[in-house]
Amino acid sequence: MAVTATLAAKGHGRGSDLVGAGLSIGSVLILWEVMAAADLTAGVPAPTAVLAAWWNLLFDGGYWQSWYLSAFRVAAGFFAALVLGVLLGLAMVVSRTLYGITFPIFEVLRPIPPLAWVPAAIIFWPTTELSIAFITFLGAFYTIVINTLDGGRAIDQRYVQAALSMGASRMNVFRRIVLPGTLPSVTTGAAVGMGITWEVVVAAEMISGGGSSMGGSGGGTGGGLGFLIWNSYTGGSYEQIIVGMLSIGIAGYLSSGLLRRFGQWATPWIGRR
Amino acid sequence: MSQTLVELRQVSKFYRDGIGIKQVVRDCTLDIERGKLTVVIGPSGCGKSTLTRLIAGFERPTSGTLMSEGRPITGPHKDRLVLFQESALFPWMTTEQNVLYGPAARGEATPQAMQLAGSLIDRVGLTAFRRKYPTQLSGGMQRRAELARALVNNPKLMILDEPFRGLDAMTKSLMQEYFSGLFQEMQATVLFVTTDIDEAIFLADRLIIMTNAPTRVRKVINVDIPHPRKLADIVENDSANDVKIRALSILHEEAMRSFGGSAKASADFVQAYAARIGRTDSMTPGNPAP
Ligand SMILES: Nc1ncnc2c1ncn2[C@@H]1O[C@H](COP(=O)(O)OP(=O)(O)OP(=O)(O)O)[C@@H](O)[C@H]1O
Ligand SMILES: [Mg+2]
Repeated sequence: MAVTATLAAKGHGRGSDLVGAGLSIGSVLILWEVMAAADLTAGVPAPTAVLAAWWNLLFDGGYWQSWYLSAFRVAAGFFAALVLGVLLGLAMVVSRTLYGITFPIFEVLRPIPPLAWVPAAIIFWPTTELSIAFITFLGAFYTIVINTLDGGRAIDQRYVQAALSMGASRMNVFRRIVLPGTLPSVTTGAAVGMGITWEVVVAAEMISGGGSSMGGSGGGTGGGLGFLIWNSYTGGSYEQIIVGMLSIGIAGYLSSGLLRRFGQWATPWIGRR
Repeated sequence: MSQTLVELRQVSKFYRDGIGIKQVVRDCTLDIERGKLTVVIGPSGCGKSTLTRLIAGFERPTSGTLMSEGRPITGPHKDRLVLFQESALFPWMTTEQNVLYGPAARGEATPQAMQLAGSLIDRVGLTAFRRKYPTQLSGGMQRRAELARALVNNPKLMILDEPFRGLDAMTKSLMQEYFSGLFQEMQATVLFVTTDIDEAIFLADRLIIMTNAPTRVRKVINVDIPHPRKLADIVENDSANDVKIRALSILHEEAMRSFGGSAKASADFVQAYAARIGRTDSMTPGNPAP
């Protein structure tokens, strides 16, 4: 009885949450629409105009091409950062020497924002595509390394001692204690890194993505959602700017949601009371 | 076979402490006898956990020798298993996986080992919690899961460092009675560390009282009451009460020493305690009854 009552209360709570969210977003949209109609929004287009532009873009191959390009860059940069970042982080956990050598270099490079790397990356890498991928990679890399490192170092030494006193080898301790013990902070680092990756890819596309000045213009170089926004801006299509922004919001939401799901699946012992 | 399983001779352990040196254990000599439940009791912070880490082999002594079965202790070994002060169950493994960890890590996860693990889980009453993670268990359950995880390795020596600290009074006394029964059943050698005098006397075959830091053995008292023991029996047991008064008087002296107090205060304390349990006649703190 009590259980069903609380469940019902919870269900009701969630329902009213949704209603509340709908009401607040709806009222903002209506206000925006009215203000745009009264020409009070300094040129920002009305929601209906944005929706109309969006609807048109849905049938435009170029729009989907932008999605694909950005998503591909994010995925490439992110997974490279995940693999290399986790490997480096773990190696730094295991080896004091490597930690001693790497950490100072790392701490000097880390404060440099990924976007400050844009000119150097364009000079260094042969194609724009590789430059963008590199900058995207940097965005997630530091966070993932630091999280892996911190997670690994924070593992309670009693777990290691308990394992050793049960006759485990160093290798077994690494596989069964250090790896799973580090996993939760790796998933946290990955989620944060994914967010940064989207920020960085959009900015990098705006800066270098036209594909006109450097490297080949065709062959998939340039483009992307960041470039879509920039291009709409220079082309004076304000509706498309907002469509581009909202698209990035949706893309970020989807990818972090996916990552969160994966993280929960990989660490089933967390928060299952 | 020698009566002594583990022997410590003149063991000292100092830590570097800023620019100085902190002496935690000094010239400690003690024996752990086979098949006995040896309880180490001492003031909080005196160095008991340090002592267990030395015996387990996690740390090396600054000087002195530690031997297990006549051989020097050079590192951790599955013959000397430690249960830590707080639960050290691996959070990412279920009860079952935790209990099987030792055999699996040594490549000995045979069907017999699995069966033993299963029956130990039953024995500690966690059958329904086999597939649960440690965070899904209560404090008492975690301690029992840890007991099972240690026992499955059939250790020669089990070292328990304040295993029941932090449990509520009811669970704690249940765990103590339970442990007494388990000890009698498994015929192992146990080193049990505690700061709780009642727990110490309830469990001990040999009670080792430690001094303040830097710690060493102050006094060894034998408690000749067979296991499994029941809390109700111990409360009524005269020899247990004698031991308690002797132990308390020594512990109180140690505590007073660290507070800079006098032996007089200690004597007053023990007198008062003896009076409370109606045994003023037999007790003289400085010179305890046999
Ligand atoms: N690695 C270390 N480095 C420096 N000092 C240490 C170290 N380990 C322990 N100590 C010091 O040694 C003393 C004894 O610590 P220990 O944990 O062995 O005491 P304890 O008797 O187990 O205490 P408690 O009853 O609180 O569990 C403490 O003052 C502690 O600060
Ligand atoms: Mg301790």
